[in-house]
Amino acid sequence: MIEVEKLWKRYGDNTVLEDLSLSVKEGEFVTMVGASGCGKSTFLNLLLGTQSATQGEIRLDGEPIAAEPGPDRGIVFQQYSVFPHMTVLENVMAAPALAQSGITGRLFGRAKREANQAALEMLERVGLTASADQYPQALSGGMRQRLAIAQALIAKPRILLLDEPFGALDPGIRNDMHVLLKDLWASFGLTVFMVTHDLKEGFSLGTRLWVFDKRRHDPHAPQAYGASVTYDINLATTSEHDYEKTLAQIDQRTE
Amino acid sequence: MKRWINKRPSRAVSVMLGLVPLIMLLLLYMAGSEARLAENEADKLLPSFEQFGDAIKRMAFEPSKRTGEYLFWVDTQSSLIRLGLGVGIAALTGLIVGVLTGALPSVGSTLNPLLTIVSLIPPLAVLPILFIVLGLGELSKVVLIAIGVMPFIARDIQRRTQEIPSEQLIKAQTLGANTAQIILRVILPQIMPRLIDAVRLSLGAAWLFLIAAEAIASTDGLGYRIFLVRRYMAMDVILPYVAWITLLAFTFDWILARINYLCFPWDRLAGDER
Repeated sequence: MIEVEKLWKRYGDNTVLEDLSLSVKEGEFVTMVGASGCGKSTFLNLLLGTQSATQGEIRLDGEPIAAEPGPDRGIVFQQYSVFPHMTVLENVMAAPALAQSGITGRLFGRAKREANQAALEMLERVGLTASADQYPQALSGGMRQRLAIAQALIAKPRILLLDEPFGALDPGIRNDMHVLLKDLWASFGLTVFMVTHDLKEGFSLGTRLWVFDKRRHDPHAPQAYGASVTYDINLATTSEHDYEKTLAQIDQRTE
Repeated sequence: MKRWINKRPSRAVSVMLGLVPLIMLLLLYMAGSEARLAENEADKLLPSFEQFGDAIKRMAFEPSKRTGEYLFWVDTQSSLIRLGLGVGIAALTGLIVGVLTGALPSVGSTLNPLLTIVSLIPPLAVLPILFIVLGLGELSKVVLIAIGVMPFIARDIQRRTQEIPSEQLIKAQTLGANTAQIILRVILPQIMPRLIDAVRLSLGAAWLFLIAAEAIASTDGLGYRIFLVRRYMAMDVILPYVAWITLLAFTFDWILARINYLCFPWDRLAGDER
């Protein structure tokens, strides 16, 4: 579904991504790990459309991916990805309201009742029914991320992009979120790209793990070479032993 | 023994402490007034409270001998209409300019230099121009207030618009929103409490421009009256007028703060995330 061809991203003399060529099939769950500043978030932004490649391209179904965010790609950020002035229910209902044409971005009459129904069902799925009338600021971090996911999914994106969505959460809550995310991924038939700092999370959650790292390194000019995907691991066929081994290797590389 | 910076007065003590300077000022005034009046019964500088009462009664509750109007209320009405129109126009244009320049980079590039220059012009220096171009009527006073506070409101709203996390704007786009929908459903509702804050902050300047304009060219208004009776050193009228202006200013500020509190409950919660 997605093909990345000879993708480069530079900021002036600073090369961030270097010669990236990858291919992702529909329904894959790709987790991306790597040291800070290794370009994994840059790659996510290229997929999202908030940044554009210096060279090469990303194609979605053979067409170059849109250079601005659009409804085919949902996003959940680590924070700030819900609207603080809307209640939980309104946040979820915002998706169908904003998806229509016109300038008001509001629903009326039957469309509103239908959106209300669909939003309540979505809240049920992510376990936020009891908080439907609260404002996001009153929610805990985990609940807020549940809301952000619900809001993204009700817009029915084909691709879901996650930028360290659980980075600020406690370990216990993180596990709950993993269960929820896996469940939603399977039932919505999504293609997921997730950036994470947590290697374990990357291993346990996805079907495919990418490690971003620099292939070449010049100690006198650390910015001269960019990162690319140095490990592309199919997690479906990886055993526990492979996990330990790869983990050790990656740890060595990324430190 | 706690350090001074760590000592916090209780609520009751706090209120009492707050009242002390006010009461002291009042007592000081009364003592001064009494001393001067004892020396010279016709002294006008520090009138007694009875004289204030007489002046208020004369201005507010007896029709003027010359025009038959209740001057105090006529003055209040004229001033508040000017102030309301001026601030209202400034708030509306400031909101529109601020949101558009903050949300749309190309509109920002177009208008920012102009906005910066306009905001640096001292409004009172433009007053003669307004009198020449617009005449001495109501329009020039309203326009003075409007152009006096509009740049401040516009720039504040622009900055607040830019402070909305880009994540929210991106999120709205991934939900399929177009530019107009993002402005109307994501930016504008979040800016409304900021607009009210900006209006609260600009009210002081608005009063300044109102009184200045009325002092120079007017036939009624609170500012006109205090500058008129200054010729007779009528402190018994001036001081109640000043107190009344202060009370009005306080009331408007309080009302706007209440509107913010009651109409935007989500804004009260916004601590770590906005």
